[in-house]
Amino acid sequence: MTSLSDNLELLTPEFALAGLAFLVFAVDLFLPEGKKIYLGWLSIVGLIGLIVLSLLMLWGEEETLYDGLLAVDDFSLFFKVFFMGMGVFIILSSMDFVEKRLKHQGEFYGLLLFSLLGMNIMAQSRELLTAYIALELLSFSLYVLAAYAKDSDKSNESALKYIIVGAVSSAILLYGVSMVYSTLGVTKFEEIAIGLTAASEVSPALWVGIGLILVGLMFKVSAVPFHMWAPDVYEGAPYPVTAYLAIGSKAAAFALILRLVAEGFVPAAERWEQWQVVFAVLACMTMLVGNLVALAQKNLKRLLAYSSIGHAGFILAGITALSATSDLPSNGVIFYLVGYSITNLVVFAAVIAFFNMTGREMISDLGGLADSQPFMAACLGMGIFSLAGLPIFAGFTMKFYLFTAVASEGYLWLAALAIFSSLISLYYYLQIIRQIYIEPPPPGVNGGTLLDENPALRKAPGFPLLIVLASGAAGTIWLGIYPRPLLEAIEAASRALMG
Amino acid sequence: MNDFDQVALLLLIIVPLVGSLTMMFMPGGDSKESWYFAIFIAAISLVLALFIFARYDYHEGGFQYIASYEWLPGPLDIRLSLGIDGISAPMVLLNGIVLFGGVLVSQTVNHRTRDFFVLLFALSAGVYGVFVARDLFFLFFFYELAVLPMYLLIGVWGSSTDFKTFLRTKEYGAMKLLIFLVGGSILVWIGILALYVEASNMGMGTFSMSGLQLLSENGAFDSKFQTLVFPLFMVGFGVLAGLWPFHTWSPDGHVAAPTAVSMLHAGVLMKLGAYGIIRVGMFLLPEGADAWMPVLITLGTVNVLYGAISAMSQTDLKYIIGYSSVSHMGYVLMGIATLDNIGMGGAVLQMFSHGMMTALMFLLVGSVYQKTHTRDINVLNGLASRMPVNTFFFAIAGLASLGLPGLSGFIAEFMVFTGVFRTYLPLAILAVIGAAITAVYILRLLARTFLGEPDEQWANLTDSSPVELSVGAAFVAVIIFVGVWPDPLMRVINVGVQSIPGV
Repeated sequence: MTSLSDNLELLTPEFALAGLAFLVFAVDLFLPEGKKIYLGWLSIVGLIGLIVLSLLMLWGEEETLYDGLLAVDDFSLFFKVFFMGMGVFIILSSMDFVEKRLKHQGEFYGLLLFSLLGMNIMAQSRELLTAYIALELLSFSLYVLAAYAKDSDKSNESALKYIIVGAVSSAILLYGVSMVYSTLGVTKFEEIAIGLTAASEVSPALWVGIGLILVGLMFKVSAVPFHMWAPDVYEGAPYPVTAYLAIGSKAAAFALILRLVAEGFVPAAERWEQWQVVFAVLACMTMLVGNLVALAQKNLKRLLAYSSIGHAGFILAGITALSATSDLPSNGVIFYLVGYSITNLVVFAAVIAFFNMTGREMISDLGGLADSQPFMAACLGMGIFSLAGLPIFAGFTMKFYLFTAVASEGYLWLAALAIFSSLISLYYYLQIIRQIYIEPPPPGVNGGTLLDENPALRKAPGFPLLIVLASGAAGTIWLGIYPRPLLEAIEAASRALMG
Repeated sequence: MNDFDQVALLLLIIVPLVGSLTMMFMPGGDSKESWYFAIFIAAISLVLALFIFARYDYHEGGFQYIASYEWLPGPLDIRLSLGIDGISAPMVLLNGIVLFGGVLVSQTVNHRTRDFFVLLFALSAGVYGVFVARDLFFLFFFYELAVLPMYLLIGVWGSSTDFKTFLRTKEYGAMKLLIFLVGGSILVWIGILALYVEASNMGMGTFSMSGLQLLSENGAFDSKFQTLVFPLFMVGFGVLAGLWPFHTWSPDGHVAAPTAVSMLHAGVLMKLGAYGIIRVGMFLLPEGADAWMPVLITLGTVNVLYGAISAMSQTDLKYIIGYSSVSHMGYVLMGIATLDNIGMGGAVLQMFSHGMMTALMFLLVGSVYQKTHTRDINVLNGLASRMPVNTFFFAIAGLASLGLPGLSGFIAEFMVFTGVFRTYLPLAILAVIGAAITAVYILRLLARTFLGEPDEQWANLTDSSPVELSVGAAFVAVIIFVGVWPDPLMRVINVGVQSIPGV
C-alpha cells in the first residue's frame, strides 16, 4: 500500500487548475463591470501555462496515485492537454458572446475551468467512484452554464431538462456502481476485469449493474435511445455552451468510456464478446437515428445536435471494435475524437460569430454568407465538408482510419453501415453549404434583406473568433493531409491504455 | 530514370493544388488576373502531362515514374505511392489537355472568378491523383477530391433551365450529382476495406496496390471473395462512368454545369469511373471480374442503346450530348467487359477519344448558349451561316462520335466492336445498332441547329470568340491526329492492356 501523499506532485496540474478557477472567481470580485473580458484572457493564459506545465512534468510518466485510483500515463496526459487546448479555444469563441449577451461574466469562465478540471480527472480515473465524482463536477458546471442566459426562457428550459435528465442518469450510473460493488466487491476497472474473467458464471446482478453503468454513460454521450435531451438542451443553451457540450463534455465522456472498456471489459475476453453485441447495436441505432433525424432539422443548433449524435454513433462503432490484440480501434477512436472536436470547433466558431452579428440561428439565415463574410464562410464550409467526411479535411482521414479499424476487427458490416450513414449525413451538410454559397441573403424583419438590416454582417468577426477560425481551419486541413505527428502521440496514448 | 522522373508525378498533382491554394489567397475575386494566373497553372500542368506521356517508355511497359513517400507507417502502412502505366498515361494527357482548354474558355466566368479556378484546380488535382495513385487510400482520397468541388462548381456557377413542363435548377443538378457520386464511392470504400481486411487476415494488411496485386496473383483472394467484392467496385466506380441504371445524375449535371465544368466532367471525370473498374477491379480481383463480365457487358449494351435512344428524343443541346456521353461510355464498359486485348484497348482509346470529342462539343454548345441564351434545338436554326467555324468544329466532333473513319472515334469503336464480336456476338449486333442511332441523333442535331435558314432573331449572331475557336481547333487537330495516326497512343495503350490479368 502506498500512502496518500506519495506521488502527490503528479497532480500539480489539477491543483493548479483548481487554483486558477478560484483565482478567476476571486479577481472577478474586484474587477469593475466592463473589464470582465480580462478574466477570459487570464483563463487562457493560465490554461496555456498549465498545458506547458503538464507536458514538461508528465511526459512519459507511467504512475498511479491513491493506490491505483488515478493513472498518470500518456493516455491521461494526451487527454489533459487536449481538453485544456479545447478549453482555450472554447473561451476564445465565447468571449464576444459572453461580453455582449450574458451577465455575471466572471463566473462563466470560472465554471468553465471547473468543468475542465472534471474532464481532466475523468480521463485519468481508473475506478468507478472517482470517475463518478469527476463526472459530477463536469455535469454540475455544465448545468449552471446551460442556464447562463438567465433572462431567456429557452435557456432555462434547456438547463432544467439537462439537470433532470442528468441527475436521473447519474442516479442510474450510481445504482449500477453499487450493484457491481455488491456482486464483485470491487470498483477498480482492472479488478472488474479480473472478477469478470474469474467467475465461471456471471450473476445476473452483475449484468444489470454493468448495464446500468453503461446506460448512465450513454446518456452523457447522447447515444440513441438515450439522446432525447440533447437537441433541446443544445438549442436552448447559450451558443458557446452548446459548442462546449458538443466538443468538450462528449469527448470527456468518451475518454472515460474508453478507459472503462479497455481496462475493465476487454481483458475479460469472453465477456467482452457478449458486450460487443450491445455496443454494436447502440452504435447502429445512434448513427442511423442521429443522421436520419438530422435531415429534417431547420435550426442550426438542433442540426448540429443531431449531427453530434450521429458522430457519437461512429465513435461507438470504434468502441465496439476495441480488442486486446490491436491498438487500431483505440487509435481510431482517439483520432476521431480529436478530429471531430477540431472540426466542430471551426463550425461552432463560425455560427457563433454569425449569431453575434445577427442573433439568428436558422439554417436558412446563413444565405449569402459567402458574399458578406468570405473568410467565415470558407471556414464554415471547410468544417461542414470535414464533418461530412470529404477530403482534404480531417473528417476524411479520421473516418477512414476509424472505419478501417472497425472493419479489421471483424466488423466490416458495422463499418459499411457507418459509411452508409455518412452518406445520409452528406445531404443535410450540403444544405448548409448550399445556403452559404448559393442562396441569396434571407429577408430581415423590416422588409429588407438580413444583410441590409445587420451592418455588423459587413464587419469582420472579433479578434478571438478569428483566431479560432483560422487555427481551426488550419488544423482541419493539417489533419486531413498529414495527421502523422498527431497519430504518433495518439499511438503512445493508446499503448498506455491498452497495455 | 533521372531526378526529374522521381518527382514528375508528384509535381503533376502538386501543381494544380498549389495553384488552387495560391489563388485562394490572391486578391481581386472577379478580376481578369485570376484567369491569366489560371492559364499559367494549366499550361504548366499541360506541359508536365505531355512530357510525362511522351517520355513513357512503351518498349519497357509496366509502371514508370515510380515514387513512394512514407505517409503513415504502422499497421495501416499507407504510403503515397505513385506510378503510371500504359492505361493511365493517356488519361493523364487527356486531363492535361481538357483542363487547359477548359481554363481558356472560362474567360466568360466573371462572377467570383478566383473561387471558380480554386475549385477547378482542386478537382483536377484529384483527377490526376486517381490516375497516378498506387495506393488504395490515396486513390480513394483523390477520387473524393475530384467529386467534391463539383457541387459548388455547378451550384454556384451553373445555370437553371426552365423546360416549360419541368424546371431543372442548378441546385437540383448539383445535389443529385454529388449524392449519386458519393453514393457510388461508399461502395468503393466498403470494397477497399474488404480488401484490406482480407489481406490482413493473411497477415499482410496493406492498401498498397502493388502489394495487393501480388497477394492476388498468389491466390490470396479466393474466388468467392472476389465474386462478392468485385460488384462493389463495378457498381461503385460504374456510377461515375455513367453505368445504367445509375447514369441519371450525368445528363442533369451536364445541363446545370458551366462550360468548363461540363468539359472536365464528361471529358475526364466519367473516365475515372471506367479507369477505377480496370485499375482496382480487374487488376486486384481478376476472378471476380471474370464472373461479373456478362453482367457488365449487358449493362454496357443497355447504356449504349438507352443513351442513344434518350439522346434521340431530347430537344436540349446539353441533354443530347449528356445522353450521348452515357451512350458512349457504354462502349467503354462493353470494351472493358470483353476481357479481350483488342476490346480493352478500344475501351481505353474510346476513353481518350470520347473525352476529347465530348469536351469539344460542350465547349461549342457552351459558346452557342452564351450568345443565344437557349439550347433548344427547336428554337435554334441555321447557325451555320452565322457561326461557320463553330458549326464546322461541331460537325467534326459529331462525326467523330458517330464513328466516321479518319476520326478518333472510328478506331476506338471499331476495336470495341471487334472485341465484342469475338466474345459476345449478339450484343455486338446491338452495339452496332446503337452506333446507327448515334448517327440519327447527331445528324438530327446538326440539321436542326446548324443547317437551314436562320430566323430573324439570329440575324446579328457572330461566331464564337477567338479563344474558343483556337481551343476548338486544337481539339479538332487531336481528334483527326488520333484518327489518322493512332499509333503513338495505341502502342502505349497496348502495353498497358496486356498487363491486365485475365486479358
